[in-house]
Parts: sequence; C-alpha cells; structure tokens
Amino acid sequence: MNNLLNSYFVKTHKLEISITIIAVVLFLIYFLGAPHVFTRFPIYRAFMQSMPFFGIIAISATFVVTLGEIDLSFPSIVGITSLIFGIIMTSTDGNFFIAFILATSLGMFAGLVNGLLVTKIGIPSIVATIGTLFFWRGLVNVISQGSGIAIVDVADGTWHHMIFVEKLFGKIPMQFIWFIVLTGLMQWVYRYHKFGNHIHFVGDNKASAQMMGINVDNVKIIAFVQLGFFSALAGIFTMYEMLYFWPTQGEGLMLTTLAAVFVGGTSVFGGKGTIFGTFIGVLIIGSLESGIVALGLSGFYVKFINGLMITVAVTVYALIQRRKN
Amino acid sequence: MVEELLKLQNIYKNFGNVKVLKDVNIKINKGEVVALIGDNGAGKSTLIKVITGVHSPNSGKVFFKEKEVQIKSVAQSRKMGIEAVYQERALCDQQELYRNIFAGREITNSFGFLDIKKQRKEAEKILRDYIGFTSKAITVDSQVMGLSGGEKQGVAFGRSLYFNSDLIVLDEPTMGLSIQETEKVLNFVKGLKNENKSAIFIDHNIIHVYGAADRFIILDRGEVVGEFNKEDISREELVQKMIQLHESGKIKVED
Repeated sequence: MNNLLNSYFVKTHKLEISITIIAVVLFLIYFLGAPHVFTRFPIYRAFMQSMPFFGIIAISATFVVTLGEIDLSFPSIVGITSLIFGIIMTSTDGNFFIAFILATSLGMFAGLVNGLLVTKIGIPSIVATIGTLFFWRGLVNVISQGSGIAIVDVADGTWHHMIFVEKLFGKIPMQFIWFIVLTGLMQWVYRYHKFGNHIHFVGDNKASAQMMGINVDNVKIIAFVQLGFFSALAGIFTMYEMLYFWPTQGEGLMLTTLAAVFVGGTSVFGGKGTIFGTFIGVLIIGSLESGIVALGLSGFYVKFINGLMITVAVTVYALIQRRKN
Repeated sequence: MVEELLKLQNIYKNFGNVKVLKDVNIKINKGEVVALIGDNGAGKSTLIKVITGVHSPNSGKVFFKEKEVQIKSVAQSRKMGIEAVYQERALCDQQELYRNIFAGREITNSFGFLDIKKQRKEAEKILRDYIGFTSKAITVDSQVMGLSGGEKQGVAFGRSLYFNSDLIVLDEPTMGLSIQETEKVLNFVKGLKNENKSAIFIDHNIIHVYGAADRFIILDRGEVVGEFNKEDISREELVQKMIQLHESGKIKVED
C-alpha cells in the first residue's frame, strides 16, 4: 500500500486521482440514495445525451485556462455560429458541408478576434471576452430578430443527423461517442503535442517562455481560435439534437462549462491542468441536477450543491498546490 | 590568431521615447569571455536581448562570423549558435526538466507530436554528462520548482552545452547563488575558453567578473563608456573606474 502511494504514477497524478475519487463517491451517493433511478439505463442515456454539449467546450476551454487566460464569450459564439448554421441549412436545402464549414469558420474567426484583442491590443482576456460576449449575442438578436429557426425538415433523417446525434445500437447517443473521441484526441494534443507543450510553458511563465523561443502571442491566439471552433461544433451538435435554433442558444453554458474545468483541477493561475480532470468534471457537474432531484431533494438545492462542489474542489486544489510550494 | 565571432555596429534601441541603447559598438572574438558591466538601467540587459533575438534594434548592423545578419527571433539566434542562459528566469517552474530542456525546440515527429522517449533520454544524458547531477532526488521528470538556484543554473548551462553553441550569453549567472555554487558557475565560464567557445556575461559583482572575463565593456545610460583588457587593468583599478563613473557620470580615460 505504501509502495503504491509513493509510486511515480500516484505522485504525478494527484489531481486526477482526487477528482476521480470525488466522482466515484458522488455516484455512490446517487446509487445508494436513488437505486430505482441509478440502477437503470435511462438516466445514463440522458447523461450521455446532455453532457457532450458543454463537455466539448469544457475540454477545449482547458487549453485557454491553462494559459492563465479565460474566455467568457463562448456562449455567444455558440449562439452566432448556430444561427448561421441554421440559416444556411434552411436556405441551401440542407447542404451540410457549406453550413458546417461556414459555421466553424465563423467560430474560429470569433476566437481570432478574442486572441487578437488579448495579445495585440493587450486587453486582459476577462475584459475582452465580456465585450465579445455581448457583441455576438447582440448580433444574434439583430439578425434573428428574436425568432427561432427550425431545421427539422432539412436535417432530420439525414446521414449527418445520424452521425451527430442518433443512437449507436439504439442505445448510445452518438454525441457521447464524439465527446469521448475528442477528449482522447485533445488529451493527446495537450500532453504530447508541441502546441500543448507550449500552452503549458506560456501559462507557467510568459516571460520565460518567450526567452526559450516560444511565440507567446501565436500560442494564445491559436488557443482562442480552437475554442471558437469547438464552440461552433458544440452549437451544431445542439442544433441536431433539438432540430431548432433559438436566439438564447448557448446562454446557459457559461457556468457549467467553466465549473467543469475548475472542478476538474486545472489551475486558474495557469501552467498546470488536466484534460482527464475536465472530463470527470463534466461528469460531476453534468450529473448534479438529475442526481439531486433523484435523491429526493427539491430542485432548489441544485445551485446550492453545485456551488458547494466548486468551492470545495478549488479549495482542495489550492491547498495541494500550496503544500507543494 | 584572433577570429571575430560577433560584431555590433552602431546599434540603437528605443522603447517609445526612451533611448536605451545609443550607438553601441562591440566586438567579441572566438574563445573570448567578455563582461558587460554598468549600473542598473545602463542597457546591459537590452543589449544582450538584442544579441539573443528577444528585441530587434531600431538601427545598426549585426555581424556574426563576419557575415551581416538580422536576428529576428530567439529561435533564429539559437540556430546560428547563440545560446542564452538567463538563470532560473528562463525555466518554467511547474514543468518537468526534460520538457524545460527542449522547450521551444522540441524533438517531434512530422505531425508535431513530441518524441517523449528521446527527449527524456537526451535530458538524462545532459543531467549526467554535462551537469554531473548525481542526486537521486532529481530526475528528468522532476519539476523545476524543487531545484536550488545552482541546480537550475546547471540545467540552463547543460542545455547551452548540449546544443553546441558558439556564443553563450549569461545574464547575471551568479545572482542568488551560494558561494560554492558561484564557484562552480565561474569555473564553467572559464572552462568555455578551452573549448574555443565565447561568452558574454553580465554580473553586478566586479570580483566575479574580474576573475572570469578577458575583457570588460562598461555601459552607462545606453553608451559604451569604456573598454579594458584584463592585462591592462587591475581589479582595484576597475573598481575605481566604476566608482568614478557612479560619482561623476564620466570615466577618465588616460592615454
């Protein structure tokens, strides 16, 4: 046991292990408190259906948070890219490729704007992205004039609908498969690609990274651009699930997404983080509402317990970090 | 036979309205250790950042190995054979040693994915052969955070040797080090000459500078105000010059 605790793996994965234990305990509580719900498949199908929408963004946002930056504008990027996706789908009679390419390009453009504001103009990201948060949502309202767009006629029953959100073997929602694949891919990039490596160095110490020959501005810009891309992708998944665009689309995403990143153990100070932790964070944050209701508590407890989770988790991580120093 | 390695000609550098370097001319030969000395704000750090590609000069020419060059980035200066050792300031605390050693020039495949195995192996070699770390507590997977100032310095030196550079730029290499560690660093600097490598270094401590350098260049408010070979000046005289400069803002140059 002692050997196990001192092993290299345990030492280097303290955060991941802590967060996994928290998740296991949480699901044990669900399981014991509401066995009639949690011993049956439908609740898990519901989780697999709903978690990927904010989960994909949370994974991508982990890169930006590791930089020591933040992006608050992604809910509105989801809104504007979904709108464009809906408009093009309906006006081209369901041309998926054009709609997909234009929507994701717009997402990347929105990310580029954030990146340029932060690096070239020098506005702190928390301020710059509050601006673009309002800007893109405002543009959604202006273009849509407050009305929604139904894409059911051009999307339902198509092959793209199938690969995005239909059920594999009639059981597993495709968006969850995508979510797992993207998480694996992003974990690989985060730890083992040059870009992920540079993200860590820039987030750790910008000046040092610069002196070591890393192009700090470019790394930041690319991080914001990929978040714009994945926000658009999450918007497209949501569109296929709902077959409808509504002008407030994306608005509820901000707190759950960022909560998943922070509960997952990525340091708000930058330089250190974990994609796996964010994934577990998504499982925790995404299950709280149903879990709490299933346990028989009233829905009024959801935010309260959510808040408690986040506060406790970040406190624990801060203490782990402090002991190290 | 003296071979020229680096020459800066009429270098000017402004930050906004502030003229940080004014018409700086210096030369460094192969196998020579040159010390840059001067008060805070004299422009020493800016000058070495021009050499390492962190800053570009506003005007002036740079020659490396007798060819005119424009050093636009750190990556480029490294490629030419200029390596900077900025003490712990150029290591990132929360990242592993092997990642720090290769930061900015990772060993990757053609898709940009890191060859972790090779990086760790080479880092191992650097720790053992170039730095002589024997402590079991420090491995290539250690975070930089746990290292002492001297150990961090060792990693930075090891990195510069491994990449086989011609000119090593040392920014305050002995700052914050214990006496023993300082000794090691100064020996390292002296050792460079045997390998026909050149070095330029900044240090506030004249005693350290005097022991390790062949030539001294004194900067004051962005200008070169004096240049002395070690054989022409004693340590006491050098200290006197600096005090004189500090008090009167001028150096008396005797013919």
